[in-house]
Amino acid sequence: MDCRIIVITSGKGGVGKTTTTANLAVALASEGHKVVAVDGDVGLRNLDVIMGLENRIVYTLVDVIEGTCRLNQALIRDKRINNLYMIPTAQSRTKDSVTSDQMLDICQHLRKEFDYVLIDSPAGIEAGFRNAAAGADEALVVTTPEVSAVRDADRIIGLLESMEKAPISLIINRIKPDMVKRGDMLAVQDVLDILAVDLIGTIPDDESVVTSSNKGEPLTFSNGSEASQAFLNIAKRICGNEVPFMDLSGNQKGFFSSLRRFFGK
Amino acid sequence: MFEFLSRLFSVGKSKEVAKERLQLVLIHDRNDIAPEKLEALKVDMVKLLKKYLDIDEKGIDMNLERRNRSVALVANIPLKSSQRPVRGRKKNG
Repeated sequence: MDCRIIVITSGKGGVGKTTTTANLAVALASEGHKVVAVDGDVGLRNLDVIMGLENRIVYTLVDVIEGTCRLNQALIRDKRINNLYMIPTAQSRTKDSVTSDQMLDICQHLRKEFDYVLIDSPAGIEAGFRNAAAGADEALVVTTPEVSAVRDADRIIGLLESMEKAPISLIINRIKPDMVKRGDMLAVQDVLDILAVDLIGTIPDDESVVTSSNKGEPLTFSNGSEASQAFLNIAKRICGNEVPFMDLSGNQKGFFSSLRRFFGK
Repeated sequence: MFEFLSRLFSVGKSKEVAKERLQLVLIHDRNDIAPEKLEALKVDMVKLLKKYLDIDEKGIDMNLERRNRSVALVANIPLKSSQRPVRGRKKNG
């Protein structure tokens, strides 16, 4: 198949870009694709710890760019699953260590080797984001149902459109169905009304995301939690399969529990 | 009872507030019009209008509004002469 290079971005920090990148990389690999996840956040590297590969780093993306090593030497193979690789970035450098052209060049090399290249973008709209997006064909925009995250997502969608990335798909993370039901959290449809972009995934707020990051084991290695299922669904949709969206409206728990909630327990 | 009704119609729910605020702020973001810019426009416009009309500066209401799929600058500019009928009452208030 033709390689697809996808940047995962958000504008706002802390909405789950790195978690999404790690989980989708694992999920796509478990679908049988050859995948590499690239940490595009120079100076604030985190994809390595979220994926649990921090002890395997010898060379980084910046070493490749500076000619210290070959691209293959910076690729870390994830031993837990076939066909999954990660390229870490440098921690003791700044965003100026990489240019858009250099990222583009690396992406062109990766394109020959992989089915999917996922690039974890830094927060913000400056050079770091632009470099991370430079080599990508498509974009996944991660947001949460909060005003600040949705506003930043709108901004980043505008920038991605001007960079001619397509398709641009939206992931709404950390949805709390109980709050949605009470009318105290923007529902999926509310966010879609505001951001004119296609939805590719909805992820419930799930404590297992925290425990999995504690352990360095992306949730999608095992299919036990709601969030894990949500990420697996997104991976299937990326591959072109139609998978129904999870009901996160808070209405799925039945009439009596709603009644109880209605009367304050 | 009010709580019951507001639950029923989701009136005053914080997500409605969030949605409204977002829609307004995005109109400004997307059109690159900061509120300061709109204020400066208002000052200039008042200057211009004053050359021709006796306007009530305090009563000016100017905003960007979303209409279907486009955005419009909507301004309501009352003229001083049109307030004549209420002037008597205004004295007391």
